[in-house]
Amino acid sequence: MKLTEDMLVIKNEEIARDIYELVLKGQNVQLMKEAGQFVNIQLERKGLILRRPFSICEINYSEKEFKIIYRVLGEGTEELARLKAGARLNVFGPLGTGFPESGLAKDEVALLIGGGIGVPPLYELARRLHKRGNKVISVLGFQDKEGIFYVEEFGQYSELHVATMDGSYGYKGNVLELIGHLQQDFDILYACGPMAMLKSIQEAYSQQKRGYISLEERMACGIGACYGCVCDKEGEPPYQKRVCKEGPVFSLNEVSL
Amino acid sequence: MSVDLQVTLPGLELKNPIIPASGCFGFGEEFAELYDLNQLGGIMIKAATVKARIGNPTPRIAETYGGILNAIGLQNPGVEAIIRDKLPWLAQFDLAVIANIAGDTMEEYEELGRRLSDNEVVKALELNISCPNVEKGGLAFGTDPDIAAELTARVKKVASKPVYVKLSPNVTDIVRIARAVEEAGADGLSMINTLLGMRIDLKSGKTILANGTGGLSGPAIKPVAIRMIYQVYKEVQIPIIGMGGIQQARDVLEFLYAGASAVGVGTANFIDPYVCPRIIRELPELLAGHGFTSVQEAVGYAHK
Repeated sequence: MKLTEDMLVIKNEEIARDIYELVLKGQNVQLMKEAGQFVNIQLERKGLILRRPFSICEINYSEKEFKIIYRVLGEGTEELARLKAGARLNVFGPLGTGFPESGLAKDEVALLIGGGIGVPPLYELARRLHKRGNKVISVLGFQDKEGIFYVEEFGQYSELHVATMDGSYGYKGNVLELIGHLQQDFDILYACGPMAMLKSIQEAYSQQKRGYISLEERMACGIGACYGCVCDKEGEPPYQKRVCKEGPVFSLNEVSL
Repeated sequence: MSVDLQVTLPGLELKNPIIPASGCFGFGEEFAELYDLNQLGGIMIKAATVKARIGNPTPRIAETYGGILNAIGLQNPGVEAIIRDKLPWLAQFDLAVIANIAGDTMEEYEELGRRLSDNEVVKALELNISCPNVEKGGLAFGTDPDIAAELTARVKKVASKPVYVKLSPNVTDIVRIARAVEEAGADGLSMINTLLGMRIDLKSGKTILANGTGGLSGPAIKPVAIRMIYQVYKEVQIPIIGMGGIQQARDVLEFLYAGASAVGVGTANFIDPYVCPRIIRELPELLAGHGFTSVQEAVGYAHK
């Protein structure tokens, strides 16, 4: 079975300021294993030749559909935003290593920490952990009220807390401040968001908690062959991991940010 | 009409002329998860250095119209690990393995050339004297005809397999370098490596690549490759493995016309991971459609 497939665009709509929800349908949805994996999407315009990696936000196996949420940020995503339902997109994936759930006991509490466009991959994870019977706490951070998305959706599967930097919705401040304010205990954390957020999380929790973080990097091949997207691994001698292959999800202590 | 895709070059018996280019295919492991590597003519494995290298800081990739810039920095596990782990794994395939070597000094090139050519899995060496992304060695050896010739002669002396020299396009006169390495004993040429380039981010005002400059590859460089191969083919007797922006069978035919005997496919593997088997599938019909019964007949056709 080929890992590239021309998938059907079911839906492609703006759900918050510059944030789009794209639903795609295809056979290879069946191959998606874990939350936190990604797909590498080929754009139509031939001038931009590289595929664009997007994390998988939600998988619907019975409909053979999956969802990604993206922010319009440059020429590639601008082109993507113009696509209408009925169009076809060549999708390569699923790729990469996602969030592991197996290490989690049934009575353990999971804390999901998402920042901005890092929120989407945590959604499939929230659904899965909720289904397993785990208590899930989601702490999501956004710039402001206009940039917020998926609040109701996360609310269905987790105890939800939202922070905005300007205080226009929920707690005023960043996700780490909100977590400090909440004083909730948890057993394991899963995080995806800006590098500064992930660094703070690593500093605050890597000594005391188990956890996983999902990284972002410019990629070319998406399968570990080109070594374009490496990150540093903890420990001596200096060694590197490929974000697209061993990642994008790494355990909290595994990489130095 | 049946078309003969076989290509015979010094040290290399290729069942077809399609070879994934060095640096774009790792050591084959990732692509072996996608398709049967036995379909390929050969493989040019990722550059080997004496010691393991971790490469340049990220971002290492920047996109541009019709191409990409990369500044990976020859990341690889080092020659010892390649001989211990990668080559035995590659031995399971019916695949001509070409080992790309990159040194900081002539002595390092000699050591790499000797150790890798003595390995039975390796059928030929590709001398990387054109990597634009490392401080020492690399490009410095590929832009001066005298140094390139000396290096070629020294590696030839210690190597037990044919030596192909990978030429840089970042020179004023590619023919001079090509002639110099031919005279020094090179068994073949592979060309071209990437073109030195740069992109600047408009928001930060800084270069997109952490390394500053990077090597441009992809369809954008194809006409440069075709021109250089065309020029060199007229002036040398040794065979050329051509590369630079190949994405489809038609591109391969154009390279053959210019004078390449086989081709490397690089960046296209990142766009369509199945591009090599696709080209191999399309090639017989395309050749037949142009009246050829073999790959060999099309080589240098533009010069006839």
